Amino acid sequence: MKPWSQIIGSLTLSLVALSPSAWAADNIKIGSFLAVTGPASFLGDPELKTLQMTIEEINAEGGVLGRQLELVHYDSQGSAGKARTFVKRLIDSDEVDVIVGGSASGETLAVIPLMERSGMPFVSLAGAVSIVDPVKRWVFKTPHTDRMAAGKIFAHMKQNGISQIAMISGTGGFGKSGLKQSKEVAGEYGIKILSSETYGPKDTDMTAQLTKIKNTAGVQAVLNFGFGQGPAIVTKNYKQLGIQVPLFQSHGVASKKYIELAGDAAEGVKLPASALLLAEQLPEGDAQKPVIMAYKQKYEARYNSPVSSFGGHALDGLMLVVNAMKQAGSTDKEAVRAALEQTRGYMGTAGEVNMSEKDHLGLDLTAFRMLEIRNGSWQMVN
Amino acid sequence: MSAEFLQYLFTGITIGAIYALVGLGFSIIYNASHVINFAQGEFLMIGGMCTVALVGTGLPMPVAILAAVAVTAVAGLALQKFAVAPARNAEVVTIIIITIGASIFLRGLVQLVWGKEFHALPAFSGDEPITIGGATILPQSLWVLGITLVIVVALSWFFNKTLLGKAILATSHNPDAAKLMGINTGFILLISFGLSAMLGAIAGILVAPITLTSYDVGIMLGLKGFVAAVLGGLGSGAGAIAGGLILGIAEAMAAGYISSDYKDAVPFVIILAILFFMPSGLFGLRGTERV
Amino acid sequence: MSHIKHLLKTPRYGGLLALVLICLLLPLLLQNAYQFDVAIKVGISAVVVVGLNLLIGYTGQISLGHAGFFGLGAYSSAILTVNYEWSALAALLAGSVGVGLIAFVLARPILKLKGHYLAMATLGLGIIISIVIATEDWLTGGPDGMGVGPFMLFDYEIYGEKAWYWVVAALLVLSVWLALNIIDSPVGRALRAVHGSEVAAQVAGIDTTHYKVLVFVFSAVIASVMGSVFAHYSGFVTPTEAGFFHSIELVTMVVLGGMASTYGGILGALILVLLPQLLSGLEDLEMIIFGLILMLTMIFMPKGLLPTVTGRLKGGKA
Repeated sequence: MKPWSQIIGSLTLSLVALSPSAWAADNIKIGSFLAVTGPASFLGDPELKTLQMTIEEINAEGGVLGRQLELVHYDSQGSAGKARTFVKRLIDSDEVDVIVGGSASGETLAVIPLMERSGMPFVSLAGAVSIVDPVKRWVFKTPHTDRMAAGKIFAHMKQNGISQIAMISGTGGFGKSGLKQSKEVAGEYGIKILSSETYGPKDTDMTAQLTKIKNTAGVQAVLNFGFGQGPAIVTKNYKQLGIQVPLFQSHGVASKKYIELAGDAAEGVKLPASALLLAEQLPEGDAQKPVIMAYKQKYEARYNSPVSSFGGHALDGLMLVVNAMKQAGSTDKEAVRAALEQTRGYMGTAGEVNMSEKDHLGLDLTAFRMLEIRNGSWQMVN
Repeated sequence: MSAEFLQYLFTGITIGAIYALVGLGFSIIYNASHVINFAQGEFLMIGGMCTVALVGTGLPMPVAILAAVAVTAVAGLALQKFAVAPARNAEVVTIIIITIGASIFLRGLVQLVWGKEFHALPAFSGDEPITIGGATILPQSLWVLGITLVIVVALSWFFNKTLLGKAILATSHNPDAAKLMGINTGFILLISFGLSAMLGAIAGILVAPITLTSYDVGIMLGLKGFVAAVLGGLGSGAGAIAGGLILGIAEAMAAGYISSDYKDAVPFVIILAILFFMPSGLFGLRGTERV
Repeated sequence: MSHIKHLLKTPRYGGLLALVLICLLLPLLLQNAYQFDVAIKVGISAVVVVGLNLLIGYTGQISLGHAGFFGLGAYSSAILTVNYEWSALAALLAGSVGVGLIAFVLARPILKLKGHYLAMATLGLGIIISIVIATEDWLTGGPDGMGVGPFMLFDYEIYGEKAWYWVVAALLVLSVWLALNIIDSPVGRALRAVHGSEVAAQVAGIDTTHYKVLVFVFSAVIASVMGSVFAHYSGFVTPTEAGFFHSIELVTMVVLGGMASTYGGILGALILVLLPQLLSGLEDLEMIIFGLILMLTMIFMPKGLLPTVTGRLKGGKA
């Protein structure tokens, strides 16, 4: 028994190596867990880059409350289980002051009980409406909800005389939740969903599902709720099958990558997105323009890749927290939480944020724009 | 035949051909070494990603494709030489874990070198769909089917008519006897991994314009290829092809006629049903266990 | 007394004593809730692995689908306590009985299969379970998972990392004790015969199928119970718990630590849970290093870590 008890002994010692590190105590610690690798890496990657860039910039200008910001980040790979362990690590071991993160809704929902239990101000970067509805004391979020996206799309459809549609959505968390919210709000806009198909997150061909939709009588438009490569393949298959009715996508594809992957087939596709993608097209004098132009230029210069609205969510999340700390004059968790809830008139990449006790998102539909893809680029439509 | 049915059939055959190629890769290695190589899907991924990267540097497509196939073959040889060969006396599960480790390693490496994003490869001859009987098929699908056919013919010629091919078959039937006959069995194993990697790379390049490609695209396609190989009966080339096509068509039909929610479960339900009644797959030999 | 002394000197039961000591002393080293959390995760995996190791290590049967049973247990507890307001204990028992029945019904047709065919069948089974869980969102919350309440044992609530640590530690010791008993029983000797050669065992008059079914059901039930424990401890379950990668992870723990080595499996669980935590700072290099460690360990220690190391320390060949 001796030899291996020694091994186990020495391995338990390595657990000790995971103990809180003696970093500079007076830094403000911003904790984060993002899906930097894995299937949702197109969310986590720009989010992490944005956090790193912005924190460096804030530190260069003297930090917050005279203290430097320090980012403590873990890669959740989009897995709820990993996210939970890392959040415990952020709270108990790294003892961060605030957490900004959670690329996907699944990982965010999984850690909410931990934030609530330990009283950690948390700004989520994920989409699902259930994150802030019902309101949780310690949980805030920056992106528009999937419910709002569905509403925006349906309002646009209604304006254009579309009342009968088909849906095709991913079976991942984003697609599932989007489908559910769409079904719930469709009635409010007089939209009928005649047929609903799904595809798996790793599927490589959706022509079978789309053929079914094509053969459904009365469909005036198709809405695809999903993110990642799925919507790009749907778009290509859509063109291959020669389906004539307009195709709508969700805000899940609001990045240049989608246009690149879907190629010509993306022409004419419409989707709701934040104004970030249209920065140059905004009229001079638009209050949002300076904010998003500044972010866009800095990001694109530094990382040599186009901005996506996802990175913008991280910028908004970080700035909300920084502003709240300045407002509160401290990093005390309850004070920061209260200040976050008092956020008024913050102009971010997703629009103007006005939070309250009853609203931990603080966005309305005005900053959400309908875009159309024309000549491989975004165009605003009305 | 309705246009709808025809459309599902086209979809099923295209994706089924890819499963068949991956399944063939599993079978070749299994035949030579009785190893199930869980990194088979990664060969497919390396083929696709490498082509995208080389086309990105400005190389003409055919050159990029040849280079990518060569790179993948080298990866296959290296996998055998440095990871599988040193553990040749280990248990089946141990070798499975080694190949799983290799697949994680390769994914990590590709992610580091070529990034995490999805990439699109331009189709070989345009994106204009061809209409047949009311259903449409992409020119790229014809490429997939055509090249799969060529490979199948070439492989059957290789295994039945060439000395090297016969040596591989001999090694798979009885390695000791093959050794006595003067066959360098170590070399045969190496060759089978190289060959299998090349097959994977070709499959990966062929589908990249249809399915897009990224560092983790090999996981699902590799798994489905494994299902195809087992469905047909491990080690049977004809079985792997039949298995692949059955899977592809069943998936497309299930998505079209039954429920797209459960489309992904269909291959596994089929394989369980078949294995319950035919424990060695459709074309597998009913072997007797060595005592 | 002398009987007990003799027992403790045998490597198996001496090991059990050491395990108890480690479980008792470990909390002295753990500094915060996060470290307890990691220890609990190790423990939960270790118990599943002890069961799975009986199947893989002692009967030579591969299962690439055990996460499916784990997931069924987790979701039974989640669904029955949340949607139908069952008591946690009743839900745990119902889940494990259900999983036991499923495993029993499937065991004969599945265990008839050999080698890679068996791997394929169990893999398929696990994947089908995880697809069903992810799809039936009216019941399971779909891919985003669902929350689970605390574990109420009569009027006492098991709450917090420390309480759960003792629960999981007790389960670990119990499972090892059960496993050692099975290994040392006539059943166990039959099992080892099965691994050696099934035909020979049959010739010797051992009903091999009967034993294989027994171990398959036993390991599935253990997985289900730990799934329930996990669900209540973590307070949240997702379909990934039942998924293919979790199955692979469990098998890797067994093989890495040492097949047919009960303590080896625990070591495997320890390493595979700790490694991602230790590598978390490496970002893009994490996968490469993880894959490399897996490959190198298996190439140079094909029998697994613990058997190889103990073999070397004894001066003999592993």
